[in-house]
Amino acid sequence: MFSLNHNSFMSFIFRVVDVARALPGLSRRLVSFLLMMFIMVGVLSGCSKSSNEEAASVITVYSARKEHLIKPIFELYTKETGIEVQYITDSAGPLLARLKAEGENSPADLFMTVDAGYLWQASNEGVLAAIDSSIIEANVPDSLRSPTLEWTGLSQRARTMVYAKERVQPEELSTYEALADSKWKGRLCLRTSKKVYNQSLVATMIKTMGEAKTEALIRGWVSNLATEPYSNDTKAMEAVAAGQCDVTIVNTYYFGRLKRDVPDLPLALFWPNQNDRGVHVNVSGAGVTRHAKNPEGAKALLEWMTTPAVQSMFAELNQEYPVNPAVKASEEVRSWGDFKADTVNVEAAGSLQAEAIKLMDRAGYH
Amino acid sequence: MSLSNAVSLPPELLKPHRVRWWGLPLIVVAALVMLPLVVILFSWLTPAPEVWEHLLETEFRRLMINTLSLLLGVGICVAVLGVGLAWLVATCEFPGRRWLDWSLVLPLAIPPYVLAFIFLGVFGYAGPVQTLWRSIVGTGGTFPDIRSTCGVIVVMVLVLYPYVYMLARNAFLSQGRELMDAARLLGASPWRAFWHVALPMARPAIAAGTALALMETLADFGAVSVFNFDTFTTAIYKSWFGFFNLSAAAQLASLLLLVVFLGLWGESKARGRARTYQTPPRIIERFELTGTAKWAATTVCCTVLFVAFVIPIGQLIMWTAGRLQDVDHRYWSLVARTLALGASAATLASLLALLVAFGRRQLKEAPWQRAAVRVASLGYALPGSVLAVGIMLAFAFIDQQLINPLQALLGLPPKQWLLGSLAALILAYIVRFFSVAYGPVQSSLEKIRPSFQEAAHTLGANQWQVLCRVYLPLLRPGLLSAGLLVLVDTMKEMPATLLMRPFGWDTLAVRVYEMTAEGEWERAALPALTLVLISLIPVLSIMRGSRR
Repeated sequence: MFSLNHNSFMSFIFRVVDVARALPGLSRRLVSFLLMMFIMVGVLSGCSKSSNEEAASVITVYSARKEHLIKPIFELYTKETGIEVQYITDSAGPLLARLKAEGENSPADLFMTVDAGYLWQASNEGVLAAIDSSIIEANVPDSLRSPTLEWTGLSQRARTMVYAKERVQPEELSTYEALADSKWKGRLCLRTSKKVYNQSLVATMIKTMGEAKTEALIRGWVSNLATEPYSNDTKAMEAVAAGQCDVTIVNTYYFGRLKRDVPDLPLALFWPNQNDRGVHVNVSGAGVTRHAKNPEGAKALLEWMTTPAVQSMFAELNQEYPVNPAVKASEEVRSWGDFKADTVNVEAAGSLQAEAIKLMDRAGYH
Repeated sequence: MSLSNAVSLPPELLKPHRVRWWGLPLIVVAALVMLPLVVILFSWLTPAPEVWEHLLETEFRRLMINTLSLLLGVGICVAVLGVGLAWLVATCEFPGRRWLDWSLVLPLAIPPYVLAFIFLGVFGYAGPVQTLWRSIVGTGGTFPDIRSTCGVIVVMVLVLYPYVYMLARNAFLSQGRELMDAARLLGASPWRAFWHVALPMARPAIAAGTALALMETLADFGAVSVFNFDTFTTAIYKSWFGFFNLSAAAQLASLLLLVVFLGLWGESKARGRARTYQTPPRIIERFELTGTAKWAATTVCCTVLFVAFVIPIGQLIMWTAGRLQDVDHRYWSLVARTLALGASAATLASLLALLVAFGRRQLKEAPWQRAAVRVASLGYALPGSVLAVGIMLAFAFIDQQLINPLQALLGLPPKQWLLGSLAALILAYIVRFFSVAYGPVQSSLEKIRPSFQEAAHTLGANQWQVLCRVYLPLLRPGLLSAGLLVLVDTMKEMPATLLMRPFGWDTLAVRVYEMTAEGEWERAALPALTLVLISLIPVLSIMRGSRR
């Protein structure tokens, strides 16, 4: 019995040697490289595990807001309070799916998105918890948070018009609706309807103007398009600058970024609908999760992010507008001018999102 | 071209060597891939009539036309370009052949979404090429729109042709020239010899390469969304992110699966029971091209390389040059983690592919095996994020239904064990990329004559010895290609990494995603360029290894 085992063990060793022998020169180096990588996986995972588990009061964030826009904030929080914040970033959809799948097991304490629609959706799916916070209530206006504080906005993003200074006089522009007029035929560029910012814009239009009127308006936009919709705001603005079209609709911070890269940009911002409902604004925001392991910590972080000092930093990182009315936007952002913002509750962006998508599909806005 | 059964041994002589557990690796892999597939198929239990009705009324026709024309275009162009280049490089001699031989694989290192955003930047309306064009011919001149079906096809073909090129090249190299010469001696023209001898013999490799390219096209979300080109995949995402209907998304995805399943089935039916075996490669005597043909060959190869590799790399370098301050401690940790994940996935996937392919050869061909292999190949054809969600839901289920009760039994606090772990992420990679590893291993295995094994057995070798001493050395190029392809694919992989990575395990692809999602193409250039450069190392070393 023993000798049999011994034999099979030895033959195993021979097999390993055989395999190694079959791989001359280069491949042997490759195999050792792969082995090294394996060891590295072990080491790296060992490191990250221990650092995660040692800190008792970690706050865990699932964030659709990208790392470079949140990392400085969280680092500041850790510096001020000693509480560590760990996070993963992804699009809101997958993160929401993960939150739901994990259920009670979820390590997430805070869910952060860049659009009110997703926040509404998260609360609709029941993954967010209502909280009591007089601090947030005092810092954030009603229209930028949910009534039960399941989520709150943390920065505002205005979606407005950008036009070519050479070919358009600002007096020619007035409202989002006016872009459906045939005088803009072949002069309009748009970003794809698949982007949630446009879905939210149209959703709030449905809320204020009704579905029929909105659909006619979107059909007007589509017939005025100079080219197929672009996949992002920057590309649409570049098309306006290059002369493919004369006007487009973008979030202001994209304009700010392009302006930073191309200082002599022949484009300018226009604030539409100033005589009626105002410019469409959306929020980037967050909510405490239902199964948070550290709900108190998450709430404290959320409250802290609505306070004036943090608000200006939060908004400034991406040239957005603070939600806290007591805080001014950065100097550069203010140089773009003041505007009246649409005060329809941003929740409409979530509840009417599906309607908006269907409407845009019907109208041929891809 | 059947040279099989040159030596047939009586079956009873082979019997003692057949071991039943060779079927095990296949079952394990198929089961692993089945997990997310089952989750996706279960979606039909929750009907989503509203989304379907809307889709059928408005978008469906356009989506089908877009998807089919994309597949057709990519399929044809990838096969023609890949086989053509492989043939030139493997069998002809012309100026620059030696370095074109390996450099034509380089575009493989560029993720489709990266090439898409570069092409949009360079050839778009506001890009330098069109701006120059307008300054020459005035604004009236029309320039072909890059954001069109053709534009998308060009981008996909340029990143995906190396799949066909690599596999076809290996096939042509191992064919040697004897059979071509024999055909020529029998009076066939060079073209006829190519069509009737060389091409059919390389068919498994070409089919495997084209299938990989098509599956990747079908599953691609990044490149098509940069172009705002709506396909079946974008509809899946829309149902999910727009309508928040995961079951409608999964139902659409299962239709995608059906298409792939039928495609794979059709290919194996068309091939019938034909098997091709070749003698091991010898020193190849290449056809010496002369005159115009010689320079035409060089020009064609160089043009492809220039458009698919030099332009994008040049653009990335230009963008990166302005953002060198991003090279910090964090950047190096991204590089380390990307490498570590890629290498582990590559090793495990090619090992599994070897065991499965070899195991199949040891077993009598049974119908369940072919079905299982086809199932195991499906992972690659699903949009990454749908697959990722399927895997995630399956793992969450295991965590909650199996592991948590066990923890409770042992008096431990319930804790997520699988989801969010490194093991889960690597398993996800294997599910997704198994067929990438399996293709090359299988097609190089098919070229090995059974008589080798039979000879080894008659000399008293057992199955392990046959595997190690006969197959492994012959399979080396195939295995290396498999490992390389998975390594590169894993490093480029985005959706599953984003969704399943443990805290802190950001990779270069994650970084690229974060930057491009914000429209900051220039800042995405550094991680993208790094990704490309890292991918170049294995690409080059393997091409060097297989060069003759």
